[in-house]
Amino acid sequence: MEEAVKSVVPENEEYVINMGPQHPSTHGVLRLVVSLKGEIVQNVQPHIGYIHRGIEKMCESITYPQIIHLTDRMDYLSAHINNEAVCLTVEKALGIEVSDRVKYIRTILSELTRIQSHQLFWATFGMDLGALTCFFYGLRDREKILDIFEETCGGRMIVSYNAPGGLMNDIHPNFQKRTKEFIKYFRKTIHEYDKLLTGNVIFQERTKGIGRVTREDAIGWGMTGPVGRASGFSCDVRKHNPYSAYDRVTFNEILYDEGDTFHRYKVRMDEMLESMNIIEQLIDNIPEGPWTEKMKPVIKLPEGEYFQSVETARGELGVFIVSDGNKNPFRVKFRSPNFVNLAPLNIMSKGSKIADLVAISGSLDLIIPDIDR
Amino acid sequence: MGMKGIKNEEFRDNETLAKLQESGANVFLATIDGVINWGRKNSLWPLTFATSCCGIEMMATGAPRHDFARFGMEVYRASPRQADVIVVAGTITNKMAPVLKMLYEQMSEPKYVVAMGACAISGGPFYLNSYNVVRGVDHIIPVDVFVPGCPPRPEALLYGMMQLQRKIDTETMKSRKKRSESHNTL
Amino acid sequence: MEKKQLAAIAASHAPGAVVTEGLQFVEISVEPDQLLKIAGALKYNRETLLDLLVSVTGMDWGQELGTIYHFRSTTFNHMIVLKTRVSDRENPEIDSLCSLYNAAEFHEREVYDLLGIKFRGHPDLRRLFLDSTWGFPLRKDYKDDINIVAK
Repeated sequence: MEEAVKSVVPENEEYVINMGPQHPSTHGVLRLVVSLKGEIVQNVQPHIGYIHRGIEKMCESITYPQIIHLTDRMDYLSAHINNEAVCLTVEKALGIEVSDRVKYIRTILSELTRIQSHQLFWATFGMDLGALTCFFYGLRDREKILDIFEETCGGRMIVSYNAPGGLMNDIHPNFQKRTKEFIKYFRKTIHEYDKLLTGNVIFQERTKGIGRVTREDAIGWGMTGPVGRASGFSCDVRKHNPYSAYDRVTFNEILYDEGDTFHRYKVRMDEMLESMNIIEQLIDNIPEGPWTEKMKPVIKLPEGEYFQSVETARGELGVFIVSDGNKNPFRVKFRSPNFVNLAPLNIMSKGSKIADLVAISGSLDLIIPDIDR
Repeated sequence: MGMKGIKNEEFRDNETLAKLQESGANVFLATIDGVINWGRKNSLWPLTFATSCCGIEMMATGAPRHDFARFGMEVYRASPRQADVIVVAGTITNKMAPVLKMLYEQMSEPKYVVAMGACAISGGPFYLNSYNVVRGVDHIIPVDVFVPGCPPRPEALLYGMMQLQRKIDTETMKSRKKRSESHNTL
Repeated sequence: MEKKQLAAIAASHAPGAVVTEGLQFVEISVEPDQLLKIAGALKYNRETLLDLLVSVTGMDWGQELGTIYHFRSTTFNHMIVLKTRVSDRENPEIDSLCSLYNAAEFHEREVYDLLGIKFRGHPDLRRLFLDSTWGFPLRKDYKDDINIVAK
C-alpha cells in the first residue's frame, strides 16, 4: 500500500502549472506560471514578451507624424488617447497652441473611447466569470460608438485621427447628432448592465474581498487608473494636470476605499456615467475655428527632453521624447499603465484560490501588447 | 465590402478553383464527396487564438451585429484538439512562433488556417526595422486564406471565411489525401 | 511650488549634484554612487515627499549609458527628474532603487533587457522580453543586418 501511495505526486508539496500563452480568456498572450499547493496559489510568475514588437526601437528610424500610427496599436482600446499623448508632446516641444475647436473634439473623442473600452471590459469580465450574456450585450452597444468613429475618423478601432498641430480632417456634419442620440440611448441601457451583473449574488460572492490592495501598496507599486482609484489613490491626470479641454468641464473623480475586485469593477461602471456627463457639457458648444495649425512639412523638435502624461482607460500613459534636433527622435519611451499594473499580481493573489486568480487578472483589465510594446 | 460587387452566380461557380484540384471521380463518389464537403464547410469550429488588435475585430465578428454563428462557426473551442480552423489574428513574434507551430501540430485533420490582418500576412506595419517580428505567418504554417486589412472589417473576415468554404467545396478524396501529406509539418 | 524654490530645496538635499531647471521640471544629475542616497533623501524629507516612481528610462548617449528617473509627489503634485550616467559600456552597473520603490522591480528588469545595464541589489534580475542569448537592442551599436535598415 505504501508503494502505491509513494508513486503518485504527494499531496503536501507544491506543484507548478502553466497557464500558457494561448488561453480562452481573451486578454492576449500572457503566460502565467502558477505554483499551487492543492487549490491555493503560492506564487505567480508572469512571463511576457510574446508580442514584443520593438516599437521603441522602430520609433528611432521614423518621423514624428509616423509614430502616431504605431501608438494606435499599442493599447488598441484607447487608440485615440494614445495618439493624443504623442501629439501633445510634440506640440509642447514646438510651443504650438491648438485652437479651441481641436481641444473640444479631442476631448469628446477621448471620452467616447473611454466608454467603449469600459464596455468591452464589462463584456469580457462577465465572460471570464461565466456570464456569457454580458459578451453579447456589451458588444452590441459598443458597435454604436464604432459607427460614430467610422463616420468621422475612418476606422473603427484603429483611428489615427490626431496629427501634430490638430486633426487629420474636420468632423463629419452628423457627428454631434449621432453622439447625442447615442448618449440618450446609453443612459437607458446602462441600467441593464447593473441589473445583469452588479446586483447578481454569485458575482458579488466571487469578487467582494478578493485581491485587496491598500493605498500605500498602490502608490508603492505605481498603480494608476481605475485600479489605483479603487484603493483610494487619487491619481486622475485629468484632474491633477489637465490637458485639452478638461479644465473647462466639471466632473467627479471616482474613489473607493476597499481596493478589492468588486470595487475595481464599480469604478469603471461609474466612470462611464461621468464620461457621458463630460460629453454632454461639450457636445453643443464646439466653437468654430481651424481644425489644424499650419505646420512645416518636416517636423524637427528642438534639442531637449519632453514628457507628457494622459489618462487612458487603464491608467496614466507617459510619453517621453528625447530629441537631438533631427527629424527622427533620439529616444522615445512609453510609460505604459499596464506594464506597471501587472507587477503586483504576485502579491495580490498569494493565498487565494486558483479561480480567484482569473477574477483578479480580469479586473486589472490588462492589454498585453501595451505591456510588451 | 467586396460582396456587393460579385454576382451570386459567379460566387457560386467553383470551376476555376476546381481546375486547380484534381478531379475525375465517378458519379457515386462525387455524391459522397459533396455530402462530406457540405458537412465540413458548414461547421468549422475556430480555435481561440488572438494575439493583438485583430483579435478584437474577430470578437466583434462573433458579436450580435455581424454574427459568426450564422455560418456554423459560433462555438469557439479552447483546446486545439477539438478545433477545425485556426484564425491567426495578430502579430507573431520570434518568441511566439514555436508556440503557434505546436498548436498547429496538435490540431487533428482536417485543419485549415486563415491569416487575418496585415501582420499575419507579411508583418504589416512592423515590416521595416523591427527586430522581433516574423514577417508573415506562412513562414511557419501553411495558410489557406489571407484576409487583408489593418484590422480587416468584420465583413471582410466573413468574406474570407466564405472563400474558405468555397475552397472546401472543391475537395475530392484524392486531393484530401494529397493535402494531408503536404501539410504534415511534423 | 515654483521651480526656483523647488530647485533650491532639492539642491539642499542633494550635495554634490548638479541641479538645473529644465523646460518643464527640475533636473538633478548625480554620480552613480550617490544615486541611492539622494533618492532616499528626496523621498523621505517633508518638503519634496516624492513617493511615486513614474518611469525609469534607459538611455544610450552614444559614448555613455545612463538612466533617467521621473518621480512625482502625490501630496504636492510636483515632478522631479533624476539622471545618472556610467561610462563603462562592457559592464555597466548602477544601484537599484527596489529598496525604496517596489515599482522599480519591473522597470529595471526592462532596462537590463534592452540596454544591458545591471542593477546592484535587485532581487531578481532576469531578462524580461527577450531570451538570454539576444543582444541588447536599444543600444546605438546594435547590429542586425537582416531586419533593421541602418541609416
